Amino acid sequence: MTFEYSSAPESKAIVKINSLYKLYIGGKFIAPKSGKSFITINPATEEVLAKVAYAEKSDVDRAVKAAQAGLKIWSKMAPAERGKYLYRIARIMQERAREFAVLETLDNGKPIRETRDVDIPLAAAHFFYHAGWADKLEHAGVGTNPKPYGVVGQIIPWNFPLLMLAWKIAPALATGNTVVLKPAETTPLTAMLFAEVCEQAELPAGVVNIVTGDGATGAAIVNHPDISKIAFTGSTDVGKLIARSVAGTGKGLTLELGGKGANIVFEDAPVDETVEGIVSGIFFNQGHVCCAGSRLLVQENIQEELLEKLKRRMALIRLGDPLDKNTDIGAINSREQLTKITELANSGDEEGALRFSTDCVIPSKGFWFAPTIFTGVTQAHRIATEEIFGPVLSVISFRTPQEAIEKANNTPYGLSAGIWTDKGSRILWTAKHLRAGVIWANTFNKFDPASPFGGYKESGWGREGGRHGLSAYLKGAK
Amino acid sequence: MALTDGSLVSIKGFLRTLSPVDQVGADARAAMLATRSIKTASKRWAIDMAISMIDLTTLEGADTKGKVKAICNKAIRPDSTDSTVPHVGAICVYNDMVSVARKHLDASGGSQIPVAAVSTAFPSGRASLEVKERDTKDAIANGATEIDMVIDRGAFLSGDLEKVYSEIVYIKSLCEGKAHLKVILETGELVTYDNVRKASFLAMAAGADFIKTSTGKISPAATAPVVLVMLEAVRDYYQMTGQRIGVKPAGGIRTTKDAIKQLVLVKETAGEEWLNPELFRIGASALLNDLLLQRKKLTSGHYEGPNYVTLD
Amino acid sequence: MANSSPRLDVKKTYKLFIGGAFPRSESGRTYEVKNSEGLFIANPSLASRKDLRDSVVAARAAQDGWGSATAFNRGQILYRIAEMMEGRTSQFVDEIVALEGVTQTAAKKQVEDAVDLWVWYSGWCDKIGAIYGSTNAVSGSFYNFTIPESLGVVATFAPTKPSLLGLVQAIAPVLAGGNTLIAIASEKYPLPAITLSEVIGTSDVPRGVVNILTGSSAELAPWVGSHMDIDGVDASGLTASQEKNLRVAGADNLKRIFRFKESQSPARVLAFMENKTVWHPIGV
Repeated sequence: MTFEYSSAPESKAIVKINSLYKLYIGGKFIAPKSGKSFITINPATEEVLAKVAYAEKSDVDRAVKAAQAGLKIWSKMAPAERGKYLYRIARIMQERAREFAVLETLDNGKPIRETRDVDIPLAAAHFFYHAGWADKLEHAGVGTNPKPYGVVGQIIPWNFPLLMLAWKIAPALATGNTVVLKPAETTPLTAMLFAEVCEQAELPAGVVNIVTGDGATGAAIVNHPDISKIAFTGSTDVGKLIARSVAGTGKGLTLELGGKGANIVFEDAPVDETVEGIVSGIFFNQGHVCCAGSRLLVQENIQEELLEKLKRRMALIRLGDPLDKNTDIGAINSREQLTKITELANSGDEEGALRFSTDCVIPSKGFWFAPTIFTGVTQAHRIATEEIFGPVLSVISFRTPQEAIEKANNTPYGLSAGIWTDKGSRILWTAKHLRAGVIWANTFNKFDPASPFGGYKESGWGREGGRHGLSAYLKGAK
Repeated sequence: MALTDGSLVSIKGFLRTLSPVDQVGADARAAMLATRSIKTASKRWAIDMAISMIDLTTLEGADTKGKVKAICNKAIRPDSTDSTVPHVGAICVYNDMVSVARKHLDASGGSQIPVAAVSTAFPSGRASLEVKERDTKDAIANGATEIDMVIDRGAFLSGDLEKVYSEIVYIKSLCEGKAHLKVILETGELVTYDNVRKASFLAMAAGADFIKTSTGKISPAATAPVVLVMLEAVRDYYQMTGQRIGVKPAGGIRTTKDAIKQLVLVKETAGEEWLNPELFRIGASALLNDLLLQRKKLTSGHYEGPNYVTLD
Repeated sequence: MANSSPRLDVKKTYKLFIGGAFPRSESGRTYEVKNSEGLFIANPSLASRKDLRDSVVAARAAQDGWGSATAFNRGQILYRIAEMMEGRTSQFVDEIVALEGVTQTAAKKQVEDAVDLWVWYSGWCDKIGAIYGSTNAVSGSFYNFTIPESLGVVATFAPTKPSLLGLVQAIAPVLAGGNTLIAIASEKYPLPAITLSEVIGTSDVPRGVVNILTGSSAELAPWVGSHMDIDGVDASGLTASQEKNLRVAGADNLKRIFRFKESQSPARVLAFMENKTVWHPIGV
């Protein structure tokens, strides 16, 4: 007999899911004017979780008006008091962390181990970190009299629903702005639970407004004349559309967009930790990570050894029920995304790359994609240039450090990169020459509220996190 | 082909081919594996496997023949009320208790349980090679079929790798055909994971059948990341040579939870092949009773008290 | 018997500054520049989109070297520009007086302010990282720091006037941040820009780091906006509608486009810098 792990599911009983979620506007849960709704499903089972209100332009108008009203209170409040609200929110999120984790896993499909150990604690940490900024804004690097923008429109993606909400709302509130936030269409539920947290924290009405919907709802936010700043996380294509929409309006804009991160492994890398870093780089969160290390650049003289170890390690990845505490890789977030991943992976086959997928059992229902690597990939292959946003790694070899840099930078993106080597001077040389906003040396996919995050080139505008991210919500001389 | 000819240049050259270990990454991997949730049937299996892997140990200055006999009884039938509990992997004692243990085991239906002797001037290793030789020969003559030797950490840390290597080679020659050789690295004194990895390979290249973390006299002992690094070493050594070397964490593993974490480390690092007492042992004493308590709980469905298992 | 006719001035042909050379526009075009009284002064080049393209190629080639030069070295070179400008003060004053129709005193003040601005930005080169970078206290055993780095290739549209000071306000911070640039000079008053290019050409500035074009902002702006190898634009000299069109076109490669109110600020340096955050484990 072998050592099989029995299933160890986290209980769903901790979270109560409503049958219908309304819009959170002006401190109240209200129905959209049209009465329309859409459904959100559990991507691991395809079961319907809840109906969610569909916000149209008139609902966005109401939310913006509520945010303007909220602004009158919020921007005039003593900064230290504003900070205390954020501390309250952080504490309540910690108190209700397990509830958030289970709900996020149900709605998103990501493993409970990640929501429990990464998404939710980091989201709470974001509020803690920014709470402390609220009364220290004159030190934010934008002059002695920084001012908030006013009403900020925020549009977030489905890959880290609550964490992206925290990245957006915490700095906006700390700096005295009020927000209208739209969660992603496929993952609205933790945002609605966050609205309950705002209520428990007794946050003044209108400071946080949450409207659920689709791209049209997002466009209504982007184009709203009374919104002073837009913050968007999502695809580069949509980011460019937004940039064009706000051109000439004077609106502030920050964008966190796509990536095609290079994870560079030199011959003297600490191999076992490197393998862990590669796995975390591309298989964490099913590869639904804009800063994923989706291109593995490996020095040719260790390629064979590294790939052998990587494949052996990949065989240990446990794919399945996201609520099982031992699951490493959960469900793909939507059928649409699965189709996109499948299509791009197939292009890898067609263009002559060699596919290796682990031999894991794929559940009969839900959306799944086995951890996959492609070897024999060249810079010209689609899987080497296009963002797959799934658990698919392209392996490319290099001979010299210069060649590694050239290949790593040979992309319109510039979000993240990894460096694996035991040699300090080589780390700094490589980091200096990489055109990317976040560089992980001998680690990967680490996040922290104190650490600025954001991309070069077509990966975005501005930073989130740290002093640099905070300053993006303030107007004033830098 | 030998991985090294035993000269300093050759040993250094060989160890230099090893990949470095990043401490933070190794710690993180061990911490992640510690979150594995082992329930129901897998827990039952793991408890029995852990019991069968225990080197039930007493290494005290105050040891008596009576105490050694008592742990031998416990080794043969860990739970006197439940015959389905497997016997432990071995008894581990000081040199002078080897014959006591061997005779008592043989006389009590425990002839299948080996006796391990700590050797080579355990725990410090600070003695001449002649003394270490005599220590080892004596233990084997008295019935030890497993020798747990210590390396000379002072020599390792000062760079005298030839001495460390040649001592292992020599003790191995004394064991050949008669006893399994476990080489204790005393990882708490080696401090860095790079050193643990190097010492592991040095010991394996010199002929160790097992590499063992600690004497139990130094803290920290068998921490999860140290065991992880050693399991990676035996896995890589197998890839290099086709030879499977065992691993024995010892010291600090006191609870069922600790033991199960060790098994998870084994499964997800070296692999399933190592999940048997031939290739993985746990040096422990108090651990056995906790495993028995947890085993009873799984059977009865309610929590047990310490008075329902025997102290020794 | 000495010739009694008055001496005829030797006039300068005002050319472009691309890749360290002073070519005429490849298009062969020029335009007429008049003084404040409407009299002809010069026929500077009317730069074409191909001149822009060549400038971008030169700027891109020079960027790695300039961006990775030590900050101390960049600071010294910017200071050298100030030194060289100072020596040409009277030439700049004459050009400004003629074009802008301001008094001698005002023109001199403009030149002096421009020189002093070079000195000011020169001093920022090796301080911007210390003031605006950070070490970040992350949870976990990691060393984490953020440093501002050069953005890459930047195009600047200088305001019509002050013709010299406005140009220096645009380009000095861009250079201090380690970028290479293409400056589009004041369309109406381009001559000081060309004289400045001659100063830069003799100030240890590596070739291609600064490229200066004269001509029509309206004509060049769309090509700047859509050029996929320009990373950032200072649009301060453009009209609101030109700027809007530039932003729409510039979205294709997500150009960083700014319009500044501050004439002298580290914000103008930072605007054309990217923040890079590096993580590394702390262990033994």
